[in-house]
Amino acid sequence: MSELKQELKEKIIDILNLEDLSPSDIEDNDALFGDGLGLDSIDALELIVMLDKDFGIQLTDPKKGKEIFKSISVLADYIAEHRKK
Amino acid sequence: MFSDDSQDFSGFVKSAAKHLNTSYPKLYKMDNLSKLAFLAADVILSEQKAQSDTALLFSNRASSLDTDRKHQASISDTNNYYPSPSVFVYTLPNICLGEISIKHQLHSENCFFVFDKFNPEHLHSNTEYLLHHKKAETVLCGWVDFDDKNYEAFLYLVSENGNIAHTVDEISKQYRSKL
Repeated sequence: MSELKQELKEKIIDILNLEDLSPSDIEDNDALFGDGLGLDSIDALELIVMLDKDFGIQLTDPKKGKEIFKSISVLADYIAEHRKK
Repeated sequence: MFSDDSQDFSGFVKSAAKHLNTSYPKLYKMDNLSKLAFLAADVILSEQKAQSDTALLFSNRASSLDTDRKHQASISDTNNYYPSPSVFVYTLPNICLGEISIKHQLHSENCFFVFDKFNPEHLHSNTEYLLHHKKAETVLCGWVDFDDKNYEAFLYLVSENGNIAHTVDEISKQYRSKL
């Protein structure tokens, strides 16, 4: 699981162009949106594409995105349970 | 003001932003045209302490072609079809005006024209209209073009109280002198 969390941190920094951050700057339980990393709605769409492309997970319910993108820990748990790739 | 030996635009932007103290987290999420326009505008608007009715009149030749190509590449393979939201959100040239307006809190007229080449006559007449009809107190105008490895930004601020006469000849002269 810790490998997956590290992979997610690296992917998020790369995909979302978070130039000033390194994986060690992101705590597993940091909020990804709002006061945490400050991601926005376009970032959320990009994360949805990442889930589909890299893990074979298709989100059809936008409300679910709000739950599973809460933090790296929550996202990693969801991916580990639902991944098809 | 600033020069840099970076071989690519990405390196140049990072150096320029650092040198100009442009701290804006979303800068690196923008496409190249927006980064270029944003930094060029930031130099002028930060120095002049932009007012909220500063209109934006920009123009270029390549529109958003540089980003359009990237978007096209991402959707050309039907078996690997993953269009990137953060890329296709920039497939209009005027998006850079929104980025500038957000940073400087501009609630103003804005327009982005696409021409074959720099068109001082058009920029001049539009700017005069905005100022004379009290649609804006100042107008940030110019040319911001990005296509593959070639890019160019030329911006100038016009107001009723400027030091240089706002004429087509003067705009052409200033543009030529910066090339």
